[in-house]
Amino acid sequence: MTTTPEDLRTDQTPLAPGAPRSGTTFLGLPTAPRGVGHLRGDRSFPDAARDALRDGQLRANLGHATTTIRGKRARVVAELPDWAQLRAAGSALKTATMARLDEHLEELERQVTARGGTVHWARDAAEANRIVTELVQATGSDEVVKVKSMATQEIGLNEALEAAGITAHETDLAELIVQLGDDKPSHILVPAIHKNRAEIREIFLRTMPQFQGEGADRDLPDEPRRLAMAARAHLRERFLRARVAISGANFAVAETGTLAVVESEGNGRMCLTLPETLITVMGIEKLVPTWRDLEVFLQLLPRSSTGERMNPYTSTWAGVTPGDGPQDFHLVLLDNGRTAVLADEVGRQALHCIRCSACLNVCPVYERTGGHSYGSVYPGPIGAILSPQLTGVEDNASLPYASSLCGACYDVCPVAIDIPSVLVHLRAEHVEAQEKPTAESVAFRALATAMSHPRLWRLAQRAASLGRLLSRGKPTMPNALPFPASAWTRSRDLPTPPAETFTSQWAREHGGRK
Amino acid sequence: MSAREEVLGRIRTALGETRAPVPEVLRDYRATDDRPADVLLDVLVDRLEDYKASVLRCGPDDVAASVSAALDAGLGAGWAPGSVVAAPGLPDAWRPGGLDTDDDRPPVRLADRAAALTAVAVAIAETGTLVLDGTPACGRRALSLLPDCLVCVVTADQVVGGVPEGLARLDPLRPLTMISGPSATSDIELERVEGVHGPRTLVVVLVG
Ligand code: SF4
Repeated sequence: MTTTPEDLRTDQTPLAPGAPRSGTTFLGLPTAPRGVGHLRGDRSFPDAARDALRDGQLRANLGHATTTIRGKRARVVAELPDWAQLRAAGSALKTATMARLDEHLEELERQVTARGGTVHWARDAAEANRIVTELVQATGSDEVVKVKSMATQEIGLNEALEAAGITAHETDLAELIVQLGDDKPSHILVPAIHKNRAEIREIFLRTMPQFQGEGADRDLPDEPRRLAMAARAHLRERFLRARVAISGANFAVAETGTLAVVESEGNGRMCLTLPETLITVMGIEKLVPTWRDLEVFLQLLPRSSTGERMNPYTSTWAGVTPGDGPQDFHLVLLDNGRTAVLADEVGRQALHCIRCSACLNVCPVYERTGGHSYGSVYPGPIGAILSPQLTGVEDNASLPYASSLCGACYDVCPVAIDIPSVLVHLRAEHVEAQEKPTAESVAFRALATAMSHPRLWRLAQRAASLGRLLSRGKPTMPNALPFPASAWTRSRDLPTPPAETFTSQWAREHGGRK
Repeated sequence: MSAREEVLGRIRTALGETRAPVPEVLRDYRATDDRPADVLLDVLVDRLEDYKASVLRCGPDDVAASVSAALDAGLGAGWAPGSVVAAPGLPDAWRPGGLDTDDDRPPVRLADRAAALTAVAVAIAETGTLVLDGTPACGRRALSLLPDCLVCVVTADQVVGGVPEGLARLDPLRPLTMISGPSATSDIELERVEGVHGPRTLVVVLVG
């Protein structure tokens, strides 16, 4: 990427402040700007998914991974007799946080500042990238170590740093695999889930300095243990020399100014502890009002996420602590479309997401199409509702259709986000946005009504008349894709609905599960 | 307008002039764990071992000997006392003779030590979690991170049942490290591998 963050200032924001937002949403707040970050794919979901469906290796890797993790999650969730109460509390806490988001952010700023940290505000990705780049430049360092963070992926921070001559080293094993493989993450929690051990071995041999050159030992078995140790050797020296680290945050406690990062490997601890300067980029929705609230989320997150009772490491810090850890701490609070999401009373619950990835692991569509098909750093069911809201639904129009509305995502979500309802809401909004009353928009308006209830929708899918109403072209999609996604390949080129709907195929293949 | 004012203004616009009331948060989940103390110790041991940590139990008078045994387990017999670095505030009675003490050395100079020895602030039985809070007995964060083997001494009175009881005992203004088993990754085909960047071996001495 050759553009600098300055070139990408907010003039490319799809909607200026105060501009009316399309559809039924009452307000116009700026969405994430085009031309920076990774919220928009190059292709629509159906186009990308079509290729993914042809990739047997990818499907095998994904199928194995999601099945394994689903089982682990179910076991440890069943262990807690009060899971339902924790989930309800998590949901209520997030609703309560959003209802007074401005006040909590101001309190967080006061507390972080009082403890020696510096708080920065960023309207969007370009501004956040510029702030972070300048902070790194001020240290005189031309490299940084990074903790895996969705927020920094969302804003394309690595590319912005690179454009400024700063090298960003990802230190999470999966992120490292993705970075060395010149690839993109495909899962929130395990970004290299689409790669198997043989593929990872090949990437390491090709890119790690310790395997290059005359006389280097190129004997690297593809056992996960040996691969992990190769990564350890590769990163160790980087950690010890790093002067600047960049992280995200899983939680921030408004009341105390405490930040929290949850991880497994210890790479997070390395980055949060050893460098002199720590820069944390955090979406404005990530905070909780009080310290006590963490007692809920620290139970919900690890069990939903990796299927463990607790993740190996959780680090918390408030400002700077003399003699322990970075002595210069910066917190960047990022909007980048979040306030536009907040303005939508139905869709705002997408901001409750704690990025556990449970919804990805149960999603029949994700399991077959993989994370790359969603085009955004947020894949799977949460991505299907979050990305179109952050960018404006017109820029991710196919994503609300990338779901079978089976409801499995809602059932597992630890903060009870009603993803199917938000999907239906966004579909309706997208239809509303079709300005001209074309045949398609009339048809989709009818569809939106049908889709307003999953059961009604399944009934409608079975009704041949609906298929005939929409059927104009030839079938272009493999029938493993859900009908709504296949229908929305292009509004001008509507295919015939597949002989079997995705929902019914799923039910047939998975023992009649709804 | 500053970015701060603009973002806060957008939030106020998004929430509207008449704000919805803040919903009540029902905390009807388990806040305490009524199991007897000795049961909680057993649960803690079970969870720690499930995470591939080793646990040695001992009485209050045998801590130093158990720490030695723990270091045998983590490093193999014949370890050099000078290669083990202890938190500065660790009680003398817990320390086998000859251990190095952490001082003001640059944190990266802890990387060549074979093992670190610390106390904990709290241990959470239900999740097998040890919490270090940066006080002198627990040491700074780098101490429990860089040496490849970590030995933690936990006393029975530090063991609580669940996460709520654990967090309630902690000071959110201190830098906290919650440790549940050794460093681990599942990034390659979801197969768990212990030890990537943090200590690969965790040995717990449980007193009482
Ligand atoms: S939407 Fe719910 S299930 Fe999905 S990642 Fe977010 S918190 Fe987890």
